[in-house]
Amino acid sequence: MTDNLADVLAQSEPDPVTPRRSLWSRFSSKSPVLLAVLALILGFLIGALVIIFSTNTVLDAWRQIFSSWSAPGHALKVTFDNVGAAYRSMFTGSVIDPPQFWHSLTTGKQWDSSLTPLSETFTYATPLVIAGIAVGIAFQTGIFNIGANGQAILGGITGVAAASMLHMPAIVHIPLTMIAGIAGGMIAGAIPGFLKAFTGAHEVIVTLMLNYVIAFFLLFVLLSTALQLPGQSNDISRNMDSSAQLAPLFGTSSGLRVSYGIFIAAAVVIFAQWFLDRSSLGFDFRITGNNPNAARASGINARRVIILVFLISGGLAGLAGIVQAASTTHYIDGNFLIGNAGIGFTAITVALLGRNRPMGIVWGSLLFAALGVGGRSMQAATGIPLDLATIIQSVVVLFVATPVLVKEIFRLRETSTNAVHLATQGWSS
Amino acid sequence: MRIELRGITKRFGSFTANDRIDLVVEPGEIHCLLGENGAGKSTLMNVIFGHLQAEEGEIIIDGAPAKFNNSGEAVRRGIGMVHQHFMLVPVFSVAENVVLGFEPTKSFNRLDRRKATEEIRRVSKEYGLEVDPDAIVEELPVGLQQRVEILKALSQDAELLILDEPTAVLTPQEIDALMAIMRSLAKAGKSILFITHKLKEVRAVGDVITVIRQGQVVGSVPPTTSESELASLMVGRDVNLTVNKEAGTPGKDVLEIRNLVVRDDRGLAVVNGVTLDVRAGEIMALAGVQGNGQTELVEALAGMRRVESGTITLNGRDVTNKKPREMLDEGLGHVPEDRQRNGLVLSMTVADNLVLNTPRRAPFARRGTRNLAAVDENAEKQMKDFDIRATSIRESVSALSGGNQQKVIVARELSRPLEFLVASQPTRGLDVGSIEYVHRQIVNQRNEGLGVLIVSSELDEVFALGDRIAVMHEGRITGIVDPSTSRENVGLLMAGSTMAVA
Repeated sequence: MTDNLADVLAQSEPDPVTPRRSLWSRFSSKSPVLLAVLALILGFLIGALVIIFSTNTVLDAWRQIFSSWSAPGHALKVTFDNVGAAYRSMFTGSVIDPPQFWHSLTTGKQWDSSLTPLSETFTYATPLVIAGIAVGIAFQTGIFNIGANGQAILGGITGVAAASMLHMPAIVHIPLTMIAGIAGGMIAGAIPGFLKAFTGAHEVIVTLMLNYVIAFFLLFVLLSTALQLPGQSNDISRNMDSSAQLAPLFGTSSGLRVSYGIFIAAAVVIFAQWFLDRSSLGFDFRITGNNPNAARASGINARRVIILVFLISGGLAGLAGIVQAASTTHYIDGNFLIGNAGIGFTAITVALLGRNRPMGIVWGSLLFAALGVGGRSMQAATGIPLDLATIIQSVVVLFVATPVLVKEIFRLRETSTNAVHLATQGWSS
Repeated sequence: MRIELRGITKRFGSFTANDRIDLVVEPGEIHCLLGENGAGKSTLMNVIFGHLQAEEGEIIIDGAPAKFNNSGEAVRRGIGMVHQHFMLVPVFSVAENVVLGFEPTKSFNRLDRRKATEEIRRVSKEYGLEVDPDAIVEELPVGLQQRVEILKALSQDAELLILDEPTAVLTPQEIDALMAIMRSLAKAGKSILFITHKLKEVRAVGDVITVIRQGQVVGSVPPTTSESELASLMVGRDVNLTVNKEAGTPGKDVLEIRNLVVRDDRGLAVVNGVTLDVRAGEIMALAGVQGNGQTELVEALAGMRRVESGTITLNGRDVTNKKPREMLDEGLGHVPEDRQRNGLVLSMTVADNLVLNTPRRAPFARRGTRNLAAVDENAEKQMKDFDIRATSIRESVSALSGGNQQKVIVARELSRPLEFLVASQPTRGLDVGSIEYVHRQIVNQRNEGLGVLIVSSELDEVFALGDRIAVMHEGRITGIVDPSTSRENVGLLMAGSTMAVA
């Protein structure tokens, strides 16, 4: 089937040497980075339209453009003011506020508040990178791990249990907590792994459903077991020992939340790079993901690969869960990674955005974290709802997932179909 | 329909796929277009069919110039095309597929199945193309699926039928049936453009043979032209169709198969008591009509299919029901029948594909870490040794021609220490130059004392390569003969006669 599809694509592809050479065609659009940047630009353009159509002052200005000679200019000005203010507050809230930053740079004071936006962005991005890589490695093996969120929750549960119910010095307690988190994620990953390997059960269904099972298991654990904070009837866990917490990088007094967790994320990125590019097992994974039949003929044991993928992917997702808890709240409650906070789901998007490559996932995570963090400060500053950030995120993903559309919009004609690989291979397996 | 091409030129960037091609197809004529893979045959057909537009030249249909911007316009003008990869919906019935795109409808736009079925019956009867209109396409054998494609073109009133490599996927019987259909269509006044790279077929069915090489017409010849003349026109040099092979020096038996029974996916015992010995320094060619158990036999040897009963012994060691990994370690080289499905990972690089089944062996990896320098070095060497034409070792295999893809597999299998080689359809779909090259490599291995089992449905190949020929029919070996045996006798064995012909 794929052969047929390729043929059809090849035939429907416009003639590669039409004289219509646009400026864009001079860029080599082989680069997926360019595509992501273009998708981002489109995201912000569509976000601007949303701002225009949802802000009454802007709409009013446009309604009155025929009232006087200066009205059209006024309408334009109001538009740019509003859109500009929204995006400016988004930027200053998630990256840096240039005047504030300049102030710190020249006087050496108030570094804490100058760095708060970046610190927040990195705080949100840290577990997202780890979870994104968990999903990305599975994708590269042709496995759809939709259950990263459930695996992260279970990792959070086991990690917090080890962190709050065992007591020891930090030098052992932190590694033990992380390992407990990884183990929790592996247990959650092993279930769909073994089911797929031995019965052929489709991992999308199993992992998706397990997310619900684990979400309710979280409530059970928080309400009916020793992990519940003593003396409480709410769904809230014990606090992690301070010896098991990932401390803020610049000390507790700085108020900057970014923690030592970013070193864990960096280690995961390095591991994933090595694993996919240099390890024999990673090579097996990629062969299996790209052509399961050739993998079999080459002597690769498919069952072993499936189980190992789920253990590695689940373990990393579990690590993401415990890193999230250990660097921010230091406890978990019934809302842990539920709803908007479901980093395991955002991770799927981020993996797609980063084309399942570790560094791509890092950039994707930073972008998504920045949009989320910036969206909150935009909401505070301009009253434009946080949902705008979600709209931009969604539009970016939409365009990244449909490279043909982006190429058409920007007239990137001189590209070979090879430049565009779909990040995932469809649901058949 | 009379179609004439005048000076058709089609370029892709700096590459000229078609260079001033002139061609005339008369009504009722079977016109063969012969050329190596990559000679520009398919590009030319896509130009005629409106998929691609030529930069220069014109198409003249029945005296009037024609220009198609898309295939729909070509279809309306009476041109039908049967693609190499069928454009059918597998889960639809034959009737539904045939009418797809111009469905007869009843009130409220409902599909008129009865009318569709009648339409099939009418066209079927008119040209003697028997197909059950209610059969589901995916359940039909490939030959019948192709017939559905032809029916579809005919029911759209095609006057010129383009068949793009139609025989590549067919069994010998199906090829015969297709040729009969082509003749009857030509008799009914249809023009046929038949694209192939198989010499035997053009001579059997063609009225005129036009040979193209590197985008240019190198000659139009009558079907009486000899195969070796056609081959040299195709590749531009004299080609040895028969392999020059030195007398072999067979040694002791290396592969011993005893009473082997293997079941296919449906549970049928398609290998049903095969006993076969292959000696060192010998090529055993396994002939037979496809689907008589050869595929499953090879899969069992490679460890990819369970052996129900019987034994396989390699150099005295029992290797029955070993896993694929273990068979690789036992020294079995395997050139799989379907190279894109089982032999390569198309999206990966040439370098990675060259170590696909030895990624953990020294020097390519140590303690779980791949040694990419060694992988690259190996790739550079194999590309040179095996004449793999790729722009670099980093090119993905999907960009290579079929012949070069096969060379990647052959290079990978032959460059590791082997005790036995199994090659299934090793030259299927390859151009003459590549065939010659692959054959040479196999003979060299045999000269160095390797035992080789070749499975092929092409009798030419069987006779050219085999030191001995085993014939398989319905899961059994019906005879083992010397290559000096006549084709007729081998044909009888292939048809199931077990009379002693050796």
